[in-house]
Amino acid sequence: MPMKIGNENFSERVGKGINNSFMRGAVAGAQDNIGARRLHAVEELGNWEEWRSHGEEIRQHVLENLDYYLEQLSENIANRGGNVYFASTPEEANDYIRGVIKKKRAKKVVKSKSMVTEEINLNSSLEDIGCEVIETDLGEYILQIDDHDPPSHIVAPALHKNKEQVRDVFTEKLGYKKSSDPTELAWHAREMLRQDYLTADVGITGCNFAVAETGSFALVTNEGNADLVTSLPKTQITVMGMERIVPSFEELEVLVSMLTRSAVGQKLPSYVTVLTGPREAQDVDGPEEFHLVIVDNGRSKILGTEFQSVLQCIRCAACVNACPVYRHVGGHSYGSIYSGPIGAVLSPLLGGYDDYKELPYASTLCGACTEVCPVKIPLHELLHKHRQVIVEKEGRAPVSEKLLMKAFGLGAASPTLYKWGSKLAPSAMNPFTTDDKISKGPGPLKAWTDVRDFPAPNKERFRDWYKNREKGESKS
Amino acid sequence: MKVTLFATCLVDMFQSNVGKATVELLERLGCEIDFPESQVCCGQPAYNSGYVKESKEAMKKMIQTFEHAEYIVCPSGSCAFMFHEYQHVFKGDPVWEPKAKKLADKTYELTQFIVDVLKVEDVGAQLEGKATYHTSCHMTRLLGVKKAPMTLLSNVKGLEFTELPGKEQCCGFGGTFSVKMSQISEQMVDEKVHHVEETDAEYLIGADAGCLMNIGGRINRQGKPIKVMHIAEVLNSRTFSFQ
Repeated sequence: MPMKIGNENFSERVGKGINNSFMRGAVAGAQDNIGARRLHAVEELGNWEEWRSHGEEIRQHVLENLDYYLEQLSENIANRGGNVYFASTPEEANDYIRGVIKKKRAKKVVKSKSMVTEEINLNSSLEDIGCEVIETDLGEYILQIDDHDPPSHIVAPALHKNKEQVRDVFTEKLGYKKSSDPTELAWHAREMLRQDYLTADVGITGCNFAVAETGSFALVTNEGNADLVTSLPKTQITVMGMERIVPSFEELEVLVSMLTRSAVGQKLPSYVTVLTGPREAQDVDGPEEFHLVIVDNGRSKILGTEFQSVLQCIRCAACVNACPVYRHVGGHSYGSIYSGPIGAVLSPLLGGYDDYKELPYASTLCGACTEVCPVKIPLHELLHKHRQVIVEKEGRAPVSEKLLMKAFGLGAASPTLYKWGSKLAPSAMNPFTTDDKISKGPGPLKAWTDVRDFPAPNKERFRDWYKNREKGESKS
Repeated sequence: MKVTLFATCLVDMFQSNVGKATVELLERLGCEIDFPESQVCCGQPAYNSGYVKESKEAMKKMIQTFEHAEYIVCPSGSCAFMFHEYQHVFKGDPVWEPKAKKLADKTYELTQFIVDVLKVEDVGAQLEGKATYHTSCHMTRLLGVKKAPMTLLSNVKGLEFTELPGKEQCCGFGGTFSVKMSQISEQMVDEKVHHVEETDAEYLIGADAGCLMNIGGRINRQGKPIKVMHIAEVLNSRTFSFQ
């Protein structure tokens, strides 16, 4: 699956999301549940604001010195006998990985969860050369067997499905005959997947964090699937976004704790898998061959711009879980595998405004995302920056809006114009006014009054009342 | 104490009763009110929509209008925050950045001013009934005023208070968001109204004219028997004493 999902326009996608009551129930429930757990987990840690500043500092330091750490990481991996490949584009990454697959004559690949491989559309690129690709993260597995349903959440990709829907998918695609009990469903998936782990030629993983100092990389899971993906197949390929580095294990510890607390409200996940290069003589398991593919795909262009802080992201999705817009429209409405506030900031940067120009406006700038971000990305400010770029640099704003804002600029900047405009407003709005309210407004007001009443402008403005009162006072 | 009132354009044009209540309340608390007539809109609608250049003219006008004020008080968390935001908009501008910084330093949201500056926690208001309070996003998250309105409301005699479920969730106003993304805004305001109903409140109180216009507009459209009140009106209520 590439970054872009579906071909419907924004409004169609949102309409579909809003009308999907199953999805909305699941999303609202998950947001409330995970939100409460997150709050508990960060309060339990104590001094959360200081931790956030520390997390931000680590990520900013890495971004400021990214060239240094990338070099250190690559050298350390090479020294341990691993291969490192820098891919500027999705095509370069996929070509390299296909090359490894072909060389190994691999027929089956098992994968642990990875957003960057979704971003570069790796699965279909491998399927094109006749290689079977099996997702082993339960959420990704459900989506894959459901005819490649796109992920709707960066941590919980199948969040939009409830357990009954999952049962139906299993029944239809896997001949499953049991109940919708999550334990039974998970057991079934485990049984199916166990065979795939044992017969796979190559394991592909994403990367939560790469440790530059040791040439290691860490995977955070609750299912243990990454352990099997990295220990059974003889060849391992790890794909990472180029910014996902920490200097040493000291910073890894901090960020893993912040990641799991923010993502699901856990102190620690069930598994933190740390691997360093291919297996060595004394190791009992692990791959014989190791490849690290570092993907740029537009990231280096973000460095040094006003959007650089978006690269601090550790993909915890706390912003997604706190977003009141995501709550009602769901992940697919964003038209990108990256949804929610982080998706609304990142997707236009990686994929361009043609496909994603509406996303920065799909926010009330309420700041809930910024408030929960463990590494202090000012997400709502970045959404606002996008709007400014769209209006002032890209010139993509609708003409009617531009005129309106021009008029606003003139009116608001001139006390005289403002005074007369606001004085005339009640008579201008008179034809639309009944009982001091406007139920069917003209022009841009229509979108407001389609949903709610608009108050009629006061016949006596506050300023008139104030002036009359002052006059009265001076008389008396 | 001399207080310069930044009434906001919404209050000036659509909710003059909020402005009147603010004046009466502050006067009762011993303040002398000044309302500079040359005040316009703070520029937020254009600014938040990405029209930074257009909004800067309004900002400059506002900075000039309030330049000589000692304390600026505003009955809206979002607009008060906008005054605090100016210094970032003019960052690097040798003339306007320092002026904007001065403006921010003396700008307070109404309840913040009463509690933090006047050091008053009980304004002597009385209003009988069940109420709930909508915590506006800009006021709580961006301006950082969380406790002051609750402190003042807890001392209003006769008011029975219930916390609003999902109070941290935005009501779906978001300025131009409410018309640009009306489809989504509708869902958000509906959930908010639903939560208000769950509390069984007769009064929905808020400290931001924008949010109240949104939630109130939806409540009116649906014909729900809930009265929407700005916190200035509540704090200016003297129901019992007049009976």
